[in-house]
Parts: sequence; structure tokens; C-alpha cells
Amino acid sequence: MNRPATSHATTVLYAAPDDEARPCADAAPEAPVEAAIVKRSTLRRLVNRFSTLGLIGLVIVVFWLCVAFIGPLVAPYKGGAVTSTEIFGLYSAAHPLGTDYLGRDMLSRVLYGTQYTVGLALASTLLASCIGTFFGLLAAVSGRWVDETLSRLFDALISIPSKVLALVVIAAFGSSVPMLIMVAALAYIPGAFRISRSLAVNLMTLEYVQVAKARGEGLFYIARVEVLPNMIHPMLADFGLRFVFIVLLLSGLSFLGLGVQPPNADWGSLVRENIGGLAEGAPAVLMPAVAIATLTIGVNLLIDSLRRRGARAHGGGK
Amino acid sequence: MKAHAQRLIAARLGLALLTLLLVSAIVFAITGLLPGDAAQQALGQAATPEQVAALRHQFGLDQPALQRYVQWLMHVVSGNFGTSLSNNLPVSELIATRLPNSLVLAGLTALVSVPVALVIGILSAMFRGSLLDRALNVLTLSTVAVPEFLIATIAVLVFAVKLRWLPALSYLSEVTSFGALLRIYAMPVMTLCCVIVAQMARMTRAAVLDQLNASYVEMALLKGASPMRIVLRHVLPNTIGPIANAVALSLSYLFGGVVIVESIFNYPGLASLMVDAVTNRDMPLVQGCVMVFCAAYLALVLIADLCQIISNPRLRQR
Repeated sequence: MNRPATSHATTVLYAAPDDEARPCADAAPEAPVEAAIVKRSTLRRLVNRFSTLGLIGLVIVVFWLCVAFIGPLVAPYKGGAVTSTEIFGLYSAAHPLGTDYLGRDMLSRVLYGTQYTVGLALASTLLASCIGTFFGLLAAVSGRWVDETLSRLFDALISIPSKVLALVVIAAFGSSVPMLIMVAALAYIPGAFRISRSLAVNLMTLEYVQVAKARGEGLFYIARVEVLPNMIHPMLADFGLRFVFIVLLLSGLSFLGLGVQPPNADWGSLVRENIGGLAEGAPAVLMPAVAIATLTIGVNLLIDSLRRRGARAHGGGK
Repeated sequence: MKAHAQRLIAARLGLALLTLLLVSAIVFAITGLLPGDAAQQALGQAATPEQVAALRHQFGLDQPALQRYVQWLMHVVSGNFGTSLSNNLPVSELIATRLPNSLVLAGLTALVSVPVALVIGILSAMFRGSLLDRALNVLTLSTVAVPEFLIATIAVLVFAVKLRWLPALSYLSEVTSFGALLRIYAMPVMTLCCVIVAQMARMTRAAVLDQLNASYVEMALLKGASPMRIVLRHVLPNTIGPIANAVALSLSYLFGGVVIVESIFNYPGLASLMVDAVTNRDMPLVQGCVMVFCAAYLALVLIADLCQIISNPRLRQR
């Protein structure tokens, strides 16, 4: 991995927030009355920004985020209510996604489960990225000893495979919703640390940071004003990727019966609960699996198109 | 003459040992120190304070944390992980019966996935932008995003339930002939390969592509060497290091995947032993399994590092 090159790419790419402001200024700098033009240009800007696949990804992600917030409100039945005498029922008008192993409405189960899958993953990704970035910045701006100690510690943490680490913590503390958030965050802090550290170390060598240092600015100021704003964009792409991994980790744990505990269920638990219907190809086992796959693939498509856009912008910049 | 390389190798070995020590400290802190009083848990609410104190003394819990850690570490180094709480067998014995099974599974997976991934990676680097290249891209995107248990359940649905070609569970006692071996290992190995082949191929492609842009390749092209010769004779020797890294990194994904796959197929390996231990909260067994997993991971990374050093003539001669 040649580091200097990537650092160059990221700084060229992400250092300029004015790239967002420029099209706006082109479109209607002195005519705020013509809202329609501005609106159309924002729309076109959005479309230009993403490839078709990226747009599909964006739509999927926004859809699941909405479902996570309003899912329980629009669900046709209450989450745990047994509503049908038929188990592993097929698609019908009353139960659009069939029924599960107890005769509960699968659509409602999936809608309720979205909260857990998306919510838990979002919370732990936020936690992991914030803590990881904090320590990464700390390592980059402080002296050699702090850097070395932190790097060693996180290297040790990263050499425990994430699922194994999660299993250890769950064995020690049991499985509850706050614990799951902590586990997933703990497993992915080292990754966030590594990336933010290497970005920050590269930024620290640039002229404007040297100038700030020469000006006699404090370390905290340099980290907050000079370095952090310039690594936000790559960290966001990394945030998406980390989110995918955490969704997979948490649903894997739930699938093993060590994640979200009944009667609550995230998508992983739903697959586990209804695995008995696999032989008949029941929608109860397929639907939560499809939900997981669409969410993770959606996020991946979105990130991929963001990266590609980045690569193109870099090429164009030259 | 080789002093430099030897020093590098010694440094890597030392670093790996240091990391393993840190890992053991982390694991002991999570499992031994933080969860509170094991004696109280073992005896339950009804125990008298005297009973708890007696058991605490028996477990050695009344000693300071550091002393307990050093004692535990000494035992671990001498191969004594304590006795399992659930069936009173020595942990090392339990691990010794399961470890070979897991090694066979991992070995077979590596045997299948590494050549396939290398060939795909190298070909798609040679024919950049071709159909194969784009297919690889889409495939990586989707396999990274799909959880292992989904691939495994689909495989069971197709090959065991619908087609009835393969058994859904792995009973190793039935391995009597080569055909039986193939039938039993086919699905677990296939699932694990799905998880890592795309990843490995993609990293291989990046490594080869990086070298194909080098000026010596252009020189070889001008000299009139055939594309095959350029790749095999000039590029590949230069990419051994990065490719070894890619392989090690991908194989380390196995440690996560194997947890799920062994549970689904009821394969009697180390990971399913660990999942059972976590479910029963059998701490000594969990500690033992984690240490084996981490040691294996570190060994893998170390081997990749050594490959990188050995394959680089500049490091060998200085």
C-alpha cells in the first residue's frame, strides 16, 4: 500500500468543501427567487454525484433507515402477536410475507426487527468510529511513546478475530442490548483507529499543519481545526463499511442465539427462529435473510459509488 | 550479509510474541477480572458468606489481580488451561480432540480457495476492464455483504434438501472412503470459500496491477516478452509479498466464518466447541479456545510477514 499516494488523493479529494458550494453558486447566485431552478439543479447535482448503482444503494439505505424509525407504527400487527393458526404460511393478503413458526405475521416481525438490526448497528458504528477517531488523532498528534503504546494495544485487539472477541465478551457478561452495542463497538474500534491514525499522520506532514505548528498552536487546536475536518470524508466512507461489518457480526451472533434475546428479535434471530421452515422454502426464513442482504449490499453500493466519484475527481484534478 | 534480514525476522518474532502477551492480558481481563465474583456466581444467591469465602480461596480469587494473571499465564504457557466447568475434563484435552478437525477444515478450504483466488486475481489484473474483471468486482461486493449463515443455509436448501446430493450435517465418524470425505466436507468448505475467494482475488488483483504499472514491465514489453512471460517471470516474483499478505488476511476471515459454519453443519471443530462454551459460560474453556484462535491468527500474519522479507532480495543482501 503506498501511503503517500493515498494521502495525496484524500487530501486533494476531500480537502475542498468548496466543491459542494461551487455548483450552487453557478446555478443561481443572485436569484434566490427562482427556487425551481435551484431545486432542479440540486436534484441534478445529486444524480450526477452518484452512478445508477449508487442511487439504488442510496434509495435502499434511506428506505431501511425510515423503516427503522417508523416500522412499528406501520406494522399491520403488534410485534409478538400470534395472528394465524397456520405456521410457516405462504404469502397471502392478510400476511404479505407469510407467517413464522408460531403463526406470527412475518411482515410485522421484520418491521419490528429493523429497529434492532439498524439501530444497534448504527449505535455501535457511531461509538466505534468516534472512539477510534479520537484515539487515532491522539496517536497522530502526540509524541512517539503515546503513538507506539496505542498502536501496540490496538494491534493486539485487532488480532482477536471480531466474532471470537464478541463471543468472549458475551461469555463474560451475558447478552443484552447495551452489551451488544459495546461488543460490536469494541470489535471495530481498532479498525477505525488504524484508518484515522494513518490519515491523520499523513495530514500532519502537510504544510498548513507545519505552519500551524510554527505559529505555536496547541495540539488540541491542530487536531480539531487543521486535521479533523480534512479526514471527515474518508472516515464517512469507512463508517459505511464498518456499519456493514457490524450488521453482519450482530446478525451472526443472533443467528447463533447469542445476540438479541427472545421475545425481541433482529433479522439474524428471525432467520434462526424460522430455520425449521427452510425445508419447505418458507418465506419466514427467506425474508429476514433478504432484508439483511439488501441492507448490506445497498450500503456497499453507496460507498462504492462515493469512492469511484472520489477516484474520478482525483483523476480530473490532475 | 544476511544479518539485516535476520534482525528483521527476529524483530517480527518478538513483536508477535509481545502481541500475544497483550492478547492474553486482554482476554484475562475480560474473562477473569471484569465479570465480578465467579465464586458467588457458582454458588448462587443462597450461599452463606463463609461458603463464598471458602470457594473464593479455592479458586484463588482472594489474591491480587496481577498475581492471578501471572499464575494463569504460567499455566497457559505450560499448556494447562484448567478444567472445563461443564464436564470436568481438562481444557487442553478437549481442545486437542477438536483442533485437528478444525485444522483439516481450514486446510482444505485454503487448498481450494488459494489457487482459485490467485488465478482469478491474476487473470482479471491481466485483462483489466474485461467481463471477468467486472464480474469479479460485482461478486466481491455481494459476497462481502452477505452473511456466512445465509450462504450456508442456501447451500443446505439447494444441495441437501432439494437435490439431496449432500448430507446437511457433518458426521466425521462416517468418513470411510475418499468419496465420503468429499461429500461431508463439500458444503462447509464451499461456504467458507465463498466468503474468502472473492476477497482474496480482489487483493491479488490489486497487488498484480500495482506491479503491472511499473516501468520494468514496460521494458519487458518493449523487449518483446509475451504477456504470459511478463506476468509469470517478471511480475509474480515481485508480488509474492503483497499476495502472501492478501492470503493471510483472507484466511484470517476464516476464523470468523468458521464459527458460524461449524455451528450450522454441526461440525466437531474448535469453533463449535467455543460456541458451546460461551452458551454454558464455561470460562476456562473459552479462555483456552480464544488463546488458540489468536495464536493461530498471529502465526498466519507472521508467516505472511516472513514471506515478504524472504521474497525481497533487497532485504536479503544488505
